Amino acid sequence: MNHLPVLPVLIPLIAGALLLMLHDTGVRIRRRLSAIAVLAMAVVAILLVGLADQGALLVYQLGNWPSSVGIVLVVDRLAALMLLLTVALGAVALAYAANGLDDRQPHFHALLMFQVMGISGAFVTGDLFNLFVFFEVLLIASYGLLVHAADGERLRRATHYMVINLTGSSLFLVAIGLIFGLVGTLNMADLARKVAAQPAENVALLRAAALLLMVVFAIKGALLPLWFWLPRTYAAATPAVAALFAIMTKVGVYAVYRVHTLVFGPEAGAVADVAQPWLLPLGLATLAIAALGALAANTLRTLIGHLVVASAGMLFTAFGVGGQAALGAALYYLVHSTLVAAALFLLADLVLRHRPAAGDCLKTDDAIRRRDALAFAFIVAAISMAALPPLSGFVAKVALLDALSAHPAGAWLWTVVLASGLLVIVALARAGSHLFWRPPPRGLTGTAPVATLRLVEAAPLAALLTASIALSVMADPVLRYAEATATQLLAPQRYIQAVLGQRPVERPEATP
Amino acid sequence: MELLAASAIGVLVACAVWLMLRARTFDVILGLTLLSYAVNAMLFMMGGLALGKPPLIRQGLSPTLASYADPVPQALVLTAIVISFAMTALLVVVALRSREANDSDHVDADDGDDR
Repeated sequence: MNHLPVLPVLIPLIAGALLLMLHDTGVRIRRRLSAIAVLAMAVVAILLVGLADQGALLVYQLGNWPSSVGIVLVVDRLAALMLLLTVALGAVALAYAANGLDDRQPHFHALLMFQVMGISGAFVTGDLFNLFVFFEVLLIASYGLLVHAADGERLRRATHYMVINLTGSSLFLVAIGLIFGLVGTLNMADLARKVAAQPAENVALLRAAALLLMVVFAIKGALLPLWFWLPRTYAAATPAVAALFAIMTKVGVYAVYRVHTLVFGPEAGAVADVAQPWLLPLGLATLAIAALGALAANTLRTLIGHLVVASAGMLFTAFGVGGQAALGAALYYLVHSTLVAAALFLLADLVLRHRPAAGDCLKTDDAIRRRDALAFAFIVAAISMAALPPLSGFVAKVALLDALSAHPAGAWLWTVVLASGLLVIVALARAGSHLFWRPPPRGLTGTAPVATLRLVEAAPLAALLTASIALSVMADPVLRYAEATATQLLAPQRYIQAVLGQRPVERPEATP
Repeated sequence: MELLAASAIGVLVACAVWLMLRARTFDVILGLTLLSYAVNAMLFMMGGLALGKPPLIRQGLSPTLASYADPVPQALVLTAIVISFAMTALLVVVALRSREANDSDHVDADDGDDR
């Protein structure tokens, strides 16, 4: 059996456990250990993407149990892509935190590793209950990262965040209980096979369970009535953590993409495509209201929080439209928006520390140091986020609009998407002119210590912005991969056969 | 028995929702605890209610599904109990520190009129 699929969970688990034991050693050792773990994960993720790109579907049976009894990990194109994205953000968070943040938080590296483990686990698991468990792993690590060395404001936000996520977990368990009680399995491939054959009296409950799962994923993924906690919580997080959190909403989006194509997808009989009619209007409304929120934000970090929500709204809209073209474009957009949002979170922290009095508040009464470098980084990130040519946001938006035009209500979809895009452009232009318009002071008049722009902080930001540029230069192979992923998602038969057809490895001593 | 179990879970959830909508962190945490009790009970009963049926294979019982309870919900609920217990414990710590730092146990501690 190929052991690659289990490594994205195993490497951070081992590294995290070691880091817990090494918590009182020097920070350099912990940094090196985390860097080794992230590098090893990067190698694994690149190998997995390579394998998935050749059409391989890797199924790993934990403990060598048959798929319908034991727990399986599955890596297909979507899981491999999300793993690579996770590792990239983990590396960025780790590098940026080396500016001293990781030294002030004693368990930063261990928590980061457990967070990466939870996110990777959620992407590779092929079992609904394990999805719940990995959600909890990533959540409990994120609580730790969020409340570390926290002041009153951050603790209050953390309380909100924990309460809403605990409620979401309870709902997740209700949905899991309903599905298990009705169908008798939680393996997603097995579920997909059995859901379509449910007797008529079970259909109503099964629909309820499917929609309950959608609500749970919408809490993680920030869909309309459930995202009001997000911008302020992300704004309260430390920058490296916020950059990693940029992928947390995408975990919810991923879960919808996975469960509502595989289990409750087009071939699910009476419960086929139950989520789509809800996701289209809610996604559009999320997009519109988050764009308005971005316009009204009074700090740069809440502005970025709203942009994260808007991108989730875009992704849910594309899923609501459905079809291979929309999903493919959405996956490209997912990669782009995650990287650029992470870049903006890092940039917001640099802005905060280079404006001695006003911080990242969007008002003009404070000049910024290091204006040229920061303004250049901001304009690259903003152009990409606002979907102006020539960066990756533009490619993603064009592909998405092209796919949306096939929908019967295409004109309305275009109106909402383009209008909210305009609002985002205005919001970013307003933020940029507030932050960077004033010339830097002549000489150093202020008493505040001058923050220097250090390499460990500039390099991760530059890497993320370069990734956005690279995504637009190499748009063709990435888009082709995304479209192949969408095709694979919409034809779940192969996934089901691969999981259920996989035989456990025969052990030598078992065969006489 | 099904009616009794279902109503008990329903009452627990109703109390939990009422408590969670209150404005003090203590009430909210109690509500979340009740909610997790209700959910765990529901998850436990998802295998079907039965009297005197063990979930593990025992000598002397006929080896058919009719004489055993489903062991999977019991395994699931164990995991769920551990997770919700740990999460609630962490939430209590965070809420206590939030109360210390903000000088109020109101969930939105910044509005001063409700102290």
